This record gives sequence, C-alpha cells and structure tokens, in this order.
Amino acid sequence: MRARSNLERVLLSGKFAVTAEIGPPKSASADKVRKNAREMRGSADAFNLTDNQTAMSRMSSVACAVVLMQEGLEPVVQMTCRDRNRIAMQGDVLGASALGVRNILCISGDHQTFGNMKEAKNVFDVDSIQELMILRKMRDEGRLWSGDELEVAPELFLGAAANPFADPFEFRVARLAKKAKAGADFVQTQSIYDMERFERWMALVRARGLHEKVHILAGVMPLKSHKVALYMKNKVSGMIVPDEVVERLKNAKDPKEEGVRICVEQIEHLRTIEGVRGVHIMAVAWEEKVPEIVRRAGLGPRD
Amino acid sequence: MIIAEQKPLEEIFKLLQGHERILVAGCRSCVAICLAGGEKEVGVLAEALRLRAALAQLPWQVDEATVERQCEKEWVSELAPLLKGKDAVLSIACGVGAQTIQAMYPQVRVLPGLNTSNMGAPEEAGVFMEKCGGCGDCVLHLTGGICPIVRCAKSLLNGPCGGSQDGKCEISPEVPCAWDQIYRSLEGLGRLELLEEPIPPKNWMPSRSGGPRKVVRPEAVMTEEQKRQKGVRP
Repeated sequence: MRARSNLERVLLSGKFAVTAEIGPPKSASADKVRKNAREMRGSADAFNLTDNQTAMSRMSSVACAVVLMQEGLEPVVQMTCRDRNRIAMQGDVLGASALGVRNILCISGDHQTFGNMKEAKNVFDVDSIQELMILRKMRDEGRLWSGDELEVAPELFLGAAANPFADPFEFRVARLAKKAKAGADFVQTQSIYDMERFERWMALVRARGLHEKVHILAGVMPLKSHKVALYMKNKVSGMIVPDEVVERLKNAKDPKEEGVRICVEQIEHLRTIEGVRGVHIMAVAWEEKVPEIVRRAGLGPRD
Repeated sequence: MIIAEQKPLEEIFKLLQGHERILVAGCRSCVAICLAGGEKEVGVLAEALRLRAALAQLPWQVDEATVERQCEKEWVSELAPLLKGKDAVLSIACGVGAQTIQAMYPQVRVLPGLNTSNMGAPEEAGVFMEKCGGCGDCVLHLTGGICPIVRCAKSLLNGPCGGSQDGKCEISPEVPCAWDQIYRSLEGLGRLELLEEPIPPKNWMPSRSGGPRKVVRPEAVMTEEQKRQKGVRP
C-alpha cells in the first residue's frame, strides 16, 4: 500500500472500482460541494475534484477536497501543470497531504484559451509526466525534486489521465506506458463513446502488459440531450461521439433517461473488458444522477 | 529571423501625439523580409503620417531612414545626422532595433511602430510561423527537428496531450499539433523509440526564466586598449 487510500484499497482488492467527478463551484461558499457530497455519498470509492477545469477560476481542488473529507468522502485532487510551477506544485502537494489528501491526479490542464480569461499567461513549467516523476520522488524518496529531504514524506496514490480518442492513436498506448513508468498508479480515461476504438486501445494496452502495471478506470459521461452530444462531438478536442449515440438521444422521448440508459449500458460493457479495473463517472453539472447510474449498473451502493 | 508586425495606424498616431519632428526608422534585415519594417514599409508609413498630419492639421514633419541592421551600433550610427533636431524616432525594426537607437541617442524619444512577435521563418508568401523558443537548451535531436517548447501550446516534453486530434492542436483547428508533427517525423526517421523514455523536468535556467541572458565569446572580446585604438564607443 502506497497511500492507504480507500481507492487504492479497492483497486488492490480486485473489486471493480468506481470514481466520480465533482465540479468545484464558482463561489466562495462550499455549499455546492457539501450538497454534492451528501447526494453522492456511497456512490463511489473516491471523488475527483477538478482543478479550474476548462481554464475557468473555481474553488481550488484542495479546498474542496477538505470539504469532502469533512463530509466523510474520499477525494482525488486533480492538479494541473497549467497554473503552477514545480515550486507551487510541491508546496500544494505537501499542504494537501497534511490535510489528509491521498489521491492526486496529475494532468496538463486545458489550455487557457478554452476559458474566460484567455489573456492569462500559462505556466507549463513541467508536463503531466514530469509532474508524476516529481510526486513519485516526494513519496518514494522523501525528497523534493531539488533533492532536499522532507521531514515527512507524503503518502500518495498517483493518478493520471489517458485519452484513447486523441491522436496519434498509435502513440496513445506508448504515452500510457510512459505515465506508468513515470509513476502513475492509476489512470482515468477520457469519456468513452466509441467503444470499438476503446477496445482496440485496450487490446494494445494488454499486448504491452500495461493493464498489470497501472489500474485503468474507464471514463463515462452521461449526456442530457443530443445537443450536448453534438457539442462534445464537434467542439471538444480529443473526443469522439459516434452518430449512433447522437441519434439515440435525438429520437428518445425522454432524452435524459436515454442518456442515463446509454451510460449504464456502457458501464455494463466496460466491466466485461479484460484489464478495465473500474469506471470513472463524469456527470458534469449532473452530479446528482451518479447514485442512480451506479445502482442501475449494479455497482452500488459502495461501502 | 525575427517576425514582427506593424501596430495599427490609430495606435501609432496616438504614440506620436505631442511630437513634431519625427524620423521613421526601418531596418533591411528580418523585418524587411516579414514585410513589416523595410525600406518600402518606411515609405508607406511615412506617407500615411504626412497624410494624417495634413487632414488633422498636425505639426508633424516626417523624415525617413532605413539602415542595414538596426540592432547593430555600427549601422545605427548612420542615423546621427538625421536625428539632429528630431524629437521622436518611430522605429519599425524589432524591439532590439528600437532599443539600440534609444541606447545610442538618449536625448530622442524612441517609439515602437511594430509589435515584435517571435523567432520564426516564412512558411509561404506572406505567412510567417514561429519556430524557436530560444530556451537556451535545444532538444531538436530528441523531437524530430520540431521545437516542442514553442510549437506546442503547452510546451510539453513528453508527447501530445489529450487535446491532439486529426493533427490539430486543441487551441484551434488552424494550429497544427507539434507533437503530431514530431511523431510523424520520428516515425519517418525510424526513431520512435526516442518517445518511450520519460524526459525529466527541464532546466529553464538558460531560458528567459533565468533572467536576462548574455552570451560572451571570449576570443572576440576586445581589451580596453584595443577598443581605444579602434575608436569603439563605450
């Protein structure tokens, strides 16, 4: 056990894991996070707090993680390379760790041109793979990247993102291998709609034995309407949404119910794929649906 | 070469407010190639200023000059006779050129007529692309001859992020993904193995992050005696 986190325990036990995402509020009040926590309690093994997602300022993921822990839930703190250099990054990791955070997910972060402060200067002192290298050194060697010894090393279960739908496809497995080499204990994938491509990616992952080296959590995102599906398909880079999914939502009498149904079907299918160790549910601005999705997929409640 | 583009005319007019005797100073090097500040652009801009002065009844007297390289003192010293009586130089060289004039002629106010953008190259007629980030520690041997520091929007060193699709960057369908290009280049060279090993955090000390940079070639540095003999300005 590296961090003795609940997520790590579940994954090591071989039980199919569930993580879910919570979007921090644009607010100085954490009421939204508490509300999400109460609604979602028992529906996942750990909950991701996104880090100024889509490059818009929101409550910090570390602060939200503390609120979540006060509510008795386990957080996964996302930490991007966009907004902090290695100095701030290591400071944030020590602070988060002291407050009880055990799971940290290392990601590059959306470019600031996605957000509403496009004129901002980005940092990108390190990339997500280098972030993993730095955090692993802090945990395993008890040292900062500079070599300075830490009085107490952080206990960390390290996460990363993987996107089988971005290009070049052939490199996507090599990139996962690189992340595993750099220290990733688990990865959460981009939302899967193109199951055929995901299966092709998983076959390559298994061929390299990577599913034995890093816990793979398959990403799913329930869609509320065909308009949302079209937005994902056309506007979000690195996302593939087949026409079939768009059509199903368009023709449904109750598109929201259809969106949940598609998501549940996807989870049921993902569970049958060798090497998939869990799912990561990203119900953006629809967090209250997560318990229902988990229950209907036969995965909940979680203890 | 250095890529720059002219500031909008209205902004230039504002910069010149309160000035009367103006020298528009161009450069025959990089900014001439990127069609921003060569002899031709000096002529066009000077004419635009004269027209503006006539229409708005401004007291502007506009002269023109273009030197070989505005970043080198030897060439900039040619401007000395033209600067007599001038109260402003509108430099349409890069920021280096403008600073060279200001350093040599501190009594005249130097105004920037261009926005200096990047170190790049002409891609096709009229199109100029950024190529080098001047990070001070070149990695082109690892990346198939394509600079990830400046051609990747996130300066990533370990491959494309999750926003790379169809060879394009997540910031815009107009921007090629540098890491897609790097992958294709290394694939063609049969060196994809270079992408397998994680590259550790970069040393940014030789970049701008280490503070203003100075490069010294000791064998070319003159002694005080040599400088005196050759009449080099202090």
